[in-house]
Amino acid sequence: MENKPPIVSINNLFKSYRRGHQVLPVLEDINLDIADGEFLALMGPSGSGKSTLLNLIAGIDKADSGSISVGGIDITHLSETELALWRSNSIGFIFQFYNLIPVLTAFENVELPLILTGLTKKERKEHAEATLQIVNLTDRMDHYPGQLSGGQQQRVAIARAIVTDPLILVADEPTGDLDRVSAKEILELMERLVHELGKTIIMVTHDPRAAEKAHVIKHLDKGVLNNV
Amino acid sequence: MHLIKLIFKNSFRHKLRTFLTILGIAIAILAFGLLRTVVSAWYAGVEASSATRLVTRNSISLVFPLPLSYKDKIRQIPGVKIVSYGNWFGGVYIDEKNFFPNFTIDPKSYIALYPEIVLPADQQAAFIRDRKGFVAGRKLAARFGWKIGDIVTLKGTIFPGDWEFVMRGIYKGRDKTVDETQFFFSWDYLNESLKKTMPARADQVGFYMIGVTSPSVAADVAAAIDKTFKNSLAETLTETEKAFQMGFVSMSEAIVVAIQLVSFVVIIIILAVVANTMAMTARERFVEYAVFKTLGFGKWHIALLIFGESLFITMTGCVIGMILTFPSAKAFGNEMSTFFPIFNVSTETLYLDIAASVFVGTASAVIPTWRAINIRIADGLRRIG
Repeated sequence: MENKPPIVSINNLFKSYRRGHQVLPVLEDINLDIADGEFLALMGPSGSGKSTLLNLIAGIDKADSGSISVGGIDITHLSETELALWRSNSIGFIFQFYNLIPVLTAFENVELPLILTGLTKKERKEHAEATLQIVNLTDRMDHYPGQLSGGQQQRVAIARAIVTDPLILVADEPTGDLDRVSAKEILELMERLVHELGKTIIMVTHDPRAAEKAHVIKHLDKGVLNNV
Repeated sequence: MHLIKLIFKNSFRHKLRTFLTILGIAIAILAFGLLRTVVSAWYAGVEASSATRLVTRNSISLVFPLPLSYKDKIRQIPGVKIVSYGNWFGGVYIDEKNFFPNFTIDPKSYIALYPEIVLPADQQAAFIRDRKGFVAGRKLAARFGWKIGDIVTLKGTIFPGDWEFVMRGIYKGRDKTVDETQFFFSWDYLNESLKKTMPARADQVGFYMIGVTSPSVAADVAAAIDKTFKNSLAETLTETEKAFQMGFVSMSEAIVVAIQLVSFVVIIIILAVVANTMAMTARERFVEYAVFKTLGFGKWHIALLIFGESLFITMTGCVIGMILTFPSAKAFGNEMSTFFPIFNVSTETLYLDIAASVFVGTASAVIPTWRAINIRIADGLRRIG
């Protein structure tokens, strides 16, 4: 792993928000390399900038200065349209509240990102079914999110995140809305994704038990990154 | 799974709200369609006019007659093909509420001049032969249950007395614009009676209908007719049949304009209703739009989802409204046949229904779409919980 170039490389990253005339610094001079196949946990108190850093790596927010390179592409120079295309190919999102589309079945939710790929209907079906098999939800593929438990919904969300085989998975508090048993299942599933499928995961969490599963834990405090 | 399927599923996410919105649009389109049909009915006479027909009347007013002797002089004018004539009779059948238009005409020339009035040959011959005969439109005959051979009496208002007629024919319209509620009888019957009872009013006609050889000569023929009778005791005013009919419509133009305005107000009201529905829908789904964006869906996809849903709802309401317009117009037309003998939903009205619905569906989606595509993903995701 040490010989490979980092899949994510962040250099001198600054980010601030404006509230009226006031400028609030959120991230200050962040430098971070994430290796391919690494499971990294970002921890820190509320307001420390964890989610902001995750959003910047995922290309859904813009930095003030510095660079973020993902898979060799400096995404800070991409336009909105280029970022949208890049996200569809490179990033898998796992949200705290799953964010499934309620009128679509588990299968259709997983199939959704594949619409942008140009695959045929048959190929999309094969990919979605295979991915649902990875998360052990083949028997619930025709269920709507409202008919699934929180843990099952999060597994569907993980399937949706990995169905396009992205470069990295970003997870924002993926166990934050789950009970202990479901949270454990989700973390085990994420471990499997890293170990068996070689996925790179960047996870924001408050939960030390979740962070324990990670290879590397980084701590953010008042926008400054510390190794743990 | 395609986005079209998602549009369909999204449309029925709030079934009651969607149902009520579609119901509102359907009623609005129905009201719009009926109001436009009323306006069309107002202009039915104008629409039915021929470019090769002129109407000559007394230049002072339509209520003043013209001498019958003008007929031969008019026929001599170059470009004139047929000369017919008649009077508004204004008879009442049993009771005034049974109103229908009734005219006395010269049967032979009138039938030749109005080919859109379709009368079987045997009935034509019987009508021409029998001076006490009359023909009625199909709708009028059906309204009173008249059959050929029936004797019908009209009470004269302009020409006093009880006037007895024998039904000799039932005409049909060649096309939908022909009024099938009219009653025609022979001018000779009226004139002969007047010679006996009121000789001073005999040998006079209310108007001449003139067939010209082609539309291009109509203006010249009209001018020539009026020139012929200039400085006579009864000067004439000749105009195209269309202009003549428009003269009647213009008398009630304010009402027509008011109806047209109301029809557009209906569309503006429903625009507000659909815009409100779409604004609520989009506001509820900002998180989903943010999720779509994170998955890589672009602005055009988000716009397609919102515009698609808005247009799907409005066009569903439009189709239901259009379908309901036909039976409603038929019922309305039957009920109001005295005032609107021709009450047909025109193709133009249906096109206007569709155009209005597309406008409402599109306009309602503009602001929600603009807000949805411009919201930052991070802000959209923050709305969770």
